[in-house]
Amino acid sequence: MKRFTLYFTSLILILYTSSAYSLIKVDITRGNLDPLPIAVSPLHVDIKSETIDGIKSKDLGENISKIIEKNFRSTGLFNPLKKDAFVQKPDIAHLKPRFEDWRLIKAQALVTGKLLIKNDKLKVEFRLWDVTASKEIIALAFTTTPTNWRRVAHIISDKIYERLTGEDGYFDTRIIYVSEAGPKDKRVKKLAIMDQDGANTKYLTLGNELVLTPRFNPANQLVTYLSYFRNLPRVYLLDIETGVQEVVGNFPGMTFAPRFSPDGKKIIMSFAQNGNSDIYTMNLETRNVEKITEHSSIDTSPSYSPDGKYICFNSDRSGLQQIYVMKSDGSNVKRISFGSGLYGTPVWSPRGDLIAFTKVRKGRFYIGVMRADGSGERLLTENFYQEAPSWSPNGRVLVFYRETKSGPKGEGFSAKLWSIDITGYNERKMETETDASDPSWSSLLSK
Amino acid sequence: MNFNMNLKNLIMILVATLALSACSTAKKSQSTNGDVYTGKDTVEYLASGVPDRVFFATNKTSLTTASRETLRKQATYLRKNKKLNVTIEGHADERGTREYNLALGERRANSAKDYLMTYGISGKRISVISYGKEKPVNTASTPLAWSQNRRSVTVKVN
Repeated sequence: MKRFTLYFTSLILILYTSSAYSLIKVDITRGNLDPLPIAVSPLHVDIKSETIDGIKSKDLGENISKIIEKNFRSTGLFNPLKKDAFVQKPDIAHLKPRFEDWRLIKAQALVTGKLLIKNDKLKVEFRLWDVTASKEIIALAFTTTPTNWRRVAHIISDKIYERLTGEDGYFDTRIIYVSEAGPKDKRVKKLAIMDQDGANTKYLTLGNELVLTPRFNPANQLVTYLSYFRNLPRVYLLDIETGVQEVVGNFPGMTFAPRFSPDGKKIIMSFAQNGNSDIYTMNLETRNVEKITEHSSIDTSPSYSPDGKYICFNSDRSGLQQIYVMKSDGSNVKRISFGSGLYGTPVWSPRGDLIAFTKVRKGRFYIGVMRADGSGERLLTENFYQEAPSWSPNGRVLVFYRETKSGPKGEGFSAKLWSIDITGYNERKMETETDASDPSWSSLLSK
Repeated sequence: MNFNMNLKNLIMILVATLALSACSTAKKSQSTNGDVYTGKDTVEYLASGVPDRVFFATNKTSLTTASRETLRKQATYLRKNKKLNVTIEGHADERGTREYNLALGERRANSAKDYLMTYGISGKRISVISYGKEKPVNTASTPLAWSQNRRSVTVKVN
């Protein structure tokens, strides 16, 4: 992963509304049935811009605006307006919009900008305008290397999203997942990484051995996952920048279901021996291994609370799969799932308030959320098979994978990534180059 | 020493069997009979009359009467072929979460391993590996396929 330096050359004026004006604000507390109409003007490209290998600077302003629009549309909270109705030229709109023109096409918010590529640097400036109140809301400028232009679009999207919703953005992020291909009984699986919008897919393994359940560390540079290298299922650690891989610990049997602790110092996972799976941690600095659960049942799918003080996990100690919460030292184990059906893959929200899970009931699979004490269970989506939710870094969206029912010879089988808002609205299939499963969402890259 | 261990295992198995039979009479009304595959399709043979696999009920890792019979045949075969080592592969159907299925497969493989050990096969000759739901033998999405996929398979390694 290339290091990305972002220079905020100016951080101009954030105007707050006076009580006389009702400044635009996106209601995010419910499924948004009335998305905010927003006009994203193409960024004006300075004619002095140089051409760089592989980047058409002439089209860059248009392309950046398209990525911003696509990000906004994917939230379900915004309605990006068609560009053919725009009457003001990008450079003039960026200087001073004629608000009445934008009001005419029902835009409530307007994004304008300009860019310049010079001396191998990309300079981008953008402004967000409140059309209703005829006001500038944000103006920001930054400089980076031209190859980072897609990230520029995502960062602009994040800044606007943050200003309009009051929550952190999640567009300048990546998703690591398992890329799948081939017939159902001979699936070839590779680790793959892509931008949140499906661009820039890279494959991190060759598909020679089965790989499963990759998860990012908090700094997004390490990935822990399960590999069947030499037909020994073990938890591995992969440095994305260097490509160096290593086995985590020296366990005499299968280790699986790994995740990082929120400080990134430990890996928590299951170790199976003699038919019993318990939860262990390994400190990556000291290599110290600790046994966290000790029970004859299957204990797996551990996930830390964001403050690191608690762990939620999956156990069948009651007879069937249920969700439990304990202190991070393994004490105070409490069952929190009590609805009818089985519960698996609990994963703690980065906000700390909710736990997302997979539920199996009467042969159907659900993705749901409940509060950390088990109350307030809400099922967001139902299907033939879906599981393994992972949180967007702002705790707003879940990504998971869904498999289709296959025919008598396994035909028609597919696995895809889907996302859904925690309100249960805005379910969307994610774009991936291949079939995909086991997604894990990174934290914000530019934070 | 070894004999003592085996005896201990046998007693444990007997206790487990008693507990299970009590259980199964209680559960008869649910007619979970159909859940465990009892046919011969997909079954391969280590040698003539020695089936290579046993089947499990949904989310269960306990051995049925038929499974124990199969494993006793495997034990007899392994006692005759003293230099043969095996790997027991544990599998689950596609109707569970991936991580839990990995644990379930490991437990199923160990159920089979423990039973072979009870019949005098050294644990050193048996390795186990779980594939969870990753290697279905029947790729259909039907209850029959799922019952054939909930299995542990004894594979010769030399």
